[in-house]
Amino acid sequence: MADTAEILSGLAEIVEEVAGIDTAEVTADKSFVDDLDIDSLSMVEIAVQAEDKFGVKIPDDQLAELKTVGDAVSYIEKNQ
Amino acid sequence: MTDVVVTGYGASTPLGGDAASTWDALLAGKSGVGLTRGEWTEKQDLPVKISAQLAVDPTDVLPRVQARRMDRVEQVAVVTAREAWAHSGLAVGEGEEPKVDPTRLAVVIGSGVGGAVTLLDQDDLLETAGLRKVSPLTVPMLMLNGPAALVSLEIGAQGGVYAPCSACASGAEALASAYRMLKAGEVDVVVAGGAEACITGITVAGFVQARTLSQRNDSPEEASRPFDTGRDGFVLGEGAGVMVLERREFAEARGATIHGTLAGIGITSDAYHITGPDPEGKGQARAMLNAVRTAGLEPSDVGHVNCHATSTVVGDVGEARAVQKALGDHPVLTAPKGALGHLVGGAGAVEGLISLLSVRDGIIPATLNLKDKDPAVELDVVAGEPRKMELTAAVNNSFGFGGHNASLLFTK
Repeated sequence: MADTAEILSGLAEIVEEVAGIDTAEVTADKSFVDDLDIDSLSMVEIAVQAEDKFGVKIPDDQLAELKTVGDAVSYIEKNQ
Repeated sequence: MTDVVVTGYGASTPLGGDAASTWDALLAGKSGVGLTRGEWTEKQDLPVKISAQLAVDPTDVLPRVQARRMDRVEQVAVVTAREAWAHSGLAVGEGEEPKVDPTRLAVVIGSGVGGAVTLLDQDDLLETAGLRKVSPLTVPMLMLNGPAALVSLEIGAQGGVYAPCSACASGAEALASAYRMLKAGEVDVVVAGGAEACITGITVAGFVQARTLSQRNDSPEEASRPFDTGRDGFVLGEGAGVMVLERREFAEARGATIHGTLAGIGITSDAYHITGPDPEGKGQARAMLNAVRTAGLEPSDVGHVNCHATSTVVGDVGEARAVQKALGDHPVLTAPKGALGHLVGGAGAVEGLISLLSVRDGIIPATLNLKDKDPAVELDVVAGEPRKMELTAAVNNSFGFGGHNASLLFTK
């Protein structure tokens, strides 16, 4: 089981791989769409990679609710 | 009616990663053909082991994240369009006023098969790993209008995006479409060309089964030999060519450098056979004559024809006869596919650019590997060394599976 810091850094690596955003920019308060400029196609890729990395399921209706990096970290932490 | 002038160009080919290196390598008599590189070549034991792959991989030029969202054909189109756009002087920095009204700027980029490699790769993933592993970018990467659409995003073109598809004539047809749009006054500037990147097992296998590819695996650089008695088929290639075309008044008003004029076009179709050209070359001859007529010139003005000649037994002789029938005995021919291989949807745009440069610089590149000219070809074909020759007009031919014939006529 990954802790909060591990989930954040793991998620940041995925975001960097998919969207080319420096891992240091991927902080809990950032909005995927408004701050990191990630489009809906890339969000699908990020979700699939996060599912594999953390052993969680992120259904589409849940994915739509994950507005910020922090939202995603908490969701993964609760559901892993 | 306005003239259509060329103010910028770019290319990425088996001979070089840009237009200048491609042109220099062509004049120097270099070959872009070699043994095919790629993981799939180890899995598929096909009788053709050679192709003309890009000299510079677009993934070495594009930022990684941009590249991973594109099929290879889209990557090479964007890299080439970026070069042409910068070359035209129309590119501006972030936040600066555009030099052309975006609603008066259009894109026409053709391709023969589009993102076929993505289609195959994603289908494999669906079969082996299931739906979850299929990329959400699959459709924008495989769609045939992808290269044109991505170029429109790159330059902010809002005056229309088109993707003509006419097999090996697609690139030439894109330039012809741009000509029509500019002549009609629909827009002021069009970024137009063609791109292809489909060298993979199934395309090679398909062309092998159609008996169209050279099997000269032991000497790749000598495999593509248009008009030579030893020719045994074409060499599949990949690459892109893009031009920036403008209404002459618009280009002059902004003080652009003008590299030449796309003075006439001819588009015809054979309605004869799905792959074979009409043996009498009637459609090809009409295309060339239409290009001359739309330019307001006479056949005697055309000193040079840059031939489609792919190095197939039937096609090369048929084209030479069609040139003779349409224009007479005087045009001097060359066939750049000896060096470039066959860039399919990219061919017409890259070879159109070569024709433009021949007119501008007064020099015709030699047909690589033409050692022993087929006696059925009666016209003069440049071989050995490039030939210096002042040209009033040059015609570029591109023909495609499906009976497509596209001729472009360039003047200074």
